[in-house]
Parts: sequence; structure tokens; C-alpha cells
Amino acid sequence: MTSSTTTTTTSTTTTASTAATTMTDGARANRPTPGLGGFNPTLLALELRRVLRNRRTLVFTLAMPAVFFLLFGVGADYAGRDAGRGNVSAFIMVSMAAYGAMIATTSSGAAVATERALGWSRQLRLTPLRPVAYVAVKIATAMVLGAVAVLVVYVLGALTSADMDAVGLWVATSVLAWAGAVVFAAFGLFMGYLLPSENVMQVLGPVLAVLAFGGGLFMPLEEGSTLATIAEFTPMYGIANIAHAPLTGDSLELAWVVNVVAWATVFTAGAAWRMRRDTARV
Amino acid sequence: MTTTLDATAPARIRAGAPAISLRGVTKSFGPVRAVRGIDLEVQPGEVVAFLGPNGAGKTTTIDLLLGLSVPSEGAVELFGTTPRSAVEQGLVSAVMQTGGLLKDLTVGETLRLTASLFSDTTEPADAMRRAGILAIADRRVGDCSGGQQQRLRFAMALLPDPHLLILDEPTTGMDVSGRRDFWAAIRQDAERGRSILFATHYLEEADAYADRIVLVRKGRVVADGTAAEVRALASGRSLRATLPGASADDLAQLAGLRGVDGCEVRGDTVLVHSRDSDAVARHLLTRTAARDLEIEARGIEDVFLALTADDDGADQ
Repeated sequence: MTSSTTTTTTSTTTTASTAATTMTDGARANRPTPGLGGFNPTLLALELRRVLRNRRTLVFTLAMPAVFFLLFGVGADYAGRDAGRGNVSAFIMVSMAAYGAMIATTSSGAAVATERALGWSRQLRLTPLRPVAYVAVKIATAMVLGAVAVLVVYVLGALTSADMDAVGLWVATSVLAWAGAVVFAAFGLFMGYLLPSENVMQVLGPVLAVLAFGGGLFMPLEEGSTLATIAEFTPMYGIANIAHAPLTGDSLELAWVVNVVAWATVFTAGAAWRMRRDTARV
Repeated sequence: MTTTLDATAPARIRAGAPAISLRGVTKSFGPVRAVRGIDLEVQPGEVVAFLGPNGAGKTTTIDLLLGLSVPSEGAVELFGTTPRSAVEQGLVSAVMQTGGLLKDLTVGETLRLTASLFSDTTEPADAMRRAGILAIADRRVGDCSGGQQQRLRFAMALLPDPHLLILDEPTTGMDVSGRRDFWAAIRQDAERGRSILFATHYLEEADAYADRIVLVRKGRVVADGTAAEVRALASGRSLRATLPGASADDLAQLAGLRGVDGCEVRGDTVLVHSRDSDAVARHLLTRTAARDLEIEARGIEDVFLALTADDDGADQ
């Protein structure tokens, strides 16, 4: 082994000497660490690109709610009926936007399951990136994808039969449907840290469909029925009602707000608990 | 990117501090004592092989060095600071054995992403060139071969221009030429004055690429020195002879001979390690029914086996 060392040394003396100088100087100086725990635009842009390149995600978050809207919200005889400050088509548009945003944010959050399974989260721990910054990137990605999901359905609605009395209602309902989805970003993160699976969305897809039913996104639940009573305690219930309120003209109910706050707390606490376990140095 | 370095933080590296300092480090997982007391110092510029059989505590020690876990007892310092602080400053980076890559990113994207996490890095293209993967920058990671993925991990590790590079069994699963290319890149890089510590269970790798070999077994260092020094531990020879029905008495006599380090029976064969092979040969051929005697010089392989064999006789 000594011979191999000597030969390589002589062949690279010139480059080695300059490099060695900088190395020694560097060893004496402390190096800067990145701000914001490593959160940066390049990371965010690449995360978004990954999401938008994933055909499966696009089909489920963008295409499916759009198709549902066209199937159930356009052309049927009920579509043009009055729904308060707009028509039923607009009501279904808000529902499908909320549904799309919910899938988008859940799947983006749950992506941590895949990244844990691949050892990527462990790799990131060999960089200055803080776990909190990583989660912030995941939530930001989730919300951007959620915004796209809402936008797609709203554009289709505007181009077809959705009708609301004022532009402000379009803005209010879309922003509420979108913002409420942050609860599901937390849900996705919680599940992503909880389930050790590369295909976590195969488990969560049906769960989300049930929760969407609970929120009355697919069909209005019969008032006073047992099903409707149970539904009031599911996590999409509050968000769906709050997002539709500007359109229907219903006044805000305390129960909706309590529902959203309660589930947001549960999912955030769950995600934080699992994340701490995952990133703990043992 | 802002620079936030608090003068009072314990995050400061100490001038003249060793690249690695492990003092009395132990690590237990419940009843399992993976690391049982390791003291190790690695100076800047040293290339050290961390050699040992599977389960010797190599990966556990590397996790401790990288701040992925904390020791049960003892102290771990890199450049006089904590592992986490060294990681955050880009002073240390690592090439792990498997995983740690996103299949849906391209090689180039993976490096851009990793580079964005550090406050100061070398150009991704430069890292790719040095790792020999510039030509496959646009390839999806999932489409890369095992060797290409490993060189991608190496390129990622080069990005912060670390003073210390840690490699955990870096050539596992590579073919011979892939392994040679990988080591050529590492070796060339080491000329720049970087400290390198690599875990391996390939003896020839330790022998060929390290300035110093640290042999671990059962969570302890059992030998530490240059390859030549470690080989010298095996200054004797191995003798092998057919001796049907060797009794405990025969063995005791052999073990009692001058210079014998160890002897064992495998079926009808006796194996003796001795620094005085002549004495053993004379004894076997004149005092016992042994036949088919073979005598071999011991290589580093035998040192490895002797020092890492799973019997308490080799304990130090």
C-alpha cells in the first residue's frame, strides 16, 4: 500500500499543494451555517417539480376532482337551480375544489413516508437542513399543489355553468376551500410519519373519500339522520361548511370552527409527536 | 443566504483539534452493547480504514460520528466541536451504504437540491466531474446502476468541500471495475488533504487504500496501526495437518509449544498459528500421527480472522 500512495502523490503534486493550502486555512476558520434552517427557494422549486412530475399525483389531485365536477356539476337539470347566492353548479364546484385541495395537501404531506422509506430523511440529516424547515417545505409544496387543484376546478366552473352573484364570492369560497386544506397537510404529515410505507396514498385514498362524504362534498347528507350526526365530527365537515357559507349565505356556526380547530390541533400534535420520534437522536 | 454564527455558541471548531476524537465511547441498544468503549483520534489528512466483521459496531460508530445518534457514555468531537455543528458547517459529510436517494430526481437535480441546503458549496458540475458522473447528469436516479448511485452519493458528499469524509461500506454491491473507479476517485480526492474514514469488511480495500487500519471487533478496537504494522501482528505462520482423532491432550500439548498463538481442530484437521513454525512441525511429525503437513505465511486475512474470530481467546 505504501507504494501506491507514493506514486499517486507525485502525479498530483501541483494541484494538491494549492488545494491543501485552502484546506488548512479552512480548517482554522469556522464556516457559516445556512439561515432559515436550510429552507430555500431551490429546494421548494425542486419539490414542486417532483410533485408536478408525478403522474399519479396529478391524476388524483387535478384530473379526478375536475372530472367529477364535469360529471355531476354540469349539465344535470339541478345544476342551474338556486343555491343561495349562486347556482348548484357553483356549490358543486366549491365541493370539488375542496376535495382536490384535500387530496393535494394530504398526498404532499404523506410523501414523507416515501422519503423515510427511501432513507432520504436520514440523508437530509447529514445536511444543515432542520426538520422544521423540511416540514415547512412539505407544507408549502402541499399548499401550492392545493392551490392548483382549486384553480383547475374553478376555471372549469367559470367556463361552464357555475354562477355566483359576485366576484367576491368566487374569491372567498376558493380561498376558504384552499386555506382549510392546511388541516389535511398536517393530516398527511402525521400519516406520513406514522405509516412506514412507500405507497401510503393507497391507504389514505379511500380514507379521504370517506372523509369527503362526511363533509358532504359528494352529496348533501340528509339532515337529522344518524349519518349526518356522525359526519359532524369528521375533519372535512367544518372546512366544507365554512367554504360554502359565502355562497349559501349561511351564517358561520361555532360548531364548524370548533371542528376545524380541533382537527387541526389533533393532526398537528400527532405530526409533531411522530416527527420528534423520527428525528430524535437515539 | 445569511450567516448566523453566534460567538458564544458551542458550535466553534477548535484550531489544531483532531478531525475525529472519540473518548471512552459506548453505545447500547437495550441489552445490546454495540460499542463497548472506543478511543480513537484521527488527524487531518489521515485516511483510515475502519475494518471489522459485520456486527462489530462499525455502523453504530459512524452514526455517532455523524450525530445521527448520541453515545451512551463518552464524548464524540469532530474538529473540536459537536458532530451536528460539524455537519451544519459542512465540515463533515458521508457516503452511506444504501438508500438516501430520491428515485424521481435526476442526478443533477439531486446535487442542486443538496447544494441548496448548505451555505457554501462547490459547483454541482464540479462535484459530478470529480465523481465521474457528469455524463449522466440528466439521468433519473432510479435508472442509475448501483455503482453510479454510489458515485452520486460521493458527489453529494463532496459538495460542502468537507474536511472529513466518512464512508460506510462504500463499495458494497459494486463490481470489480466499479469498485476500482470509486476508489481511484476517493484516493485522488484524499490528496487534497481531506481526512477520510471508511468502514469496510473488505481486507484488500483497507490494505490498499488506507494509511492506517483500525480493526474493530465486538465494539472494541483490537488493533490500530499502519497496514504494515497490523500485518506484523501476524508475524507467524499457519500450519495445517491431518490428525484423525486428535485428543484434548494433543491440543493442550500443541498449545503449550513455544510461539503458538492458537490452535483448533476442524474434523480431522488441526490448525495451528505459531511464531515458531519449525517447533510445531517437528512436534506434529515426531510426537503425533499427523500427516499432510502444510505451512503458510500469514497474511492480513489471517490477522483479521485471528483478531476478529468469535472466541474469547482473541479478546484483549
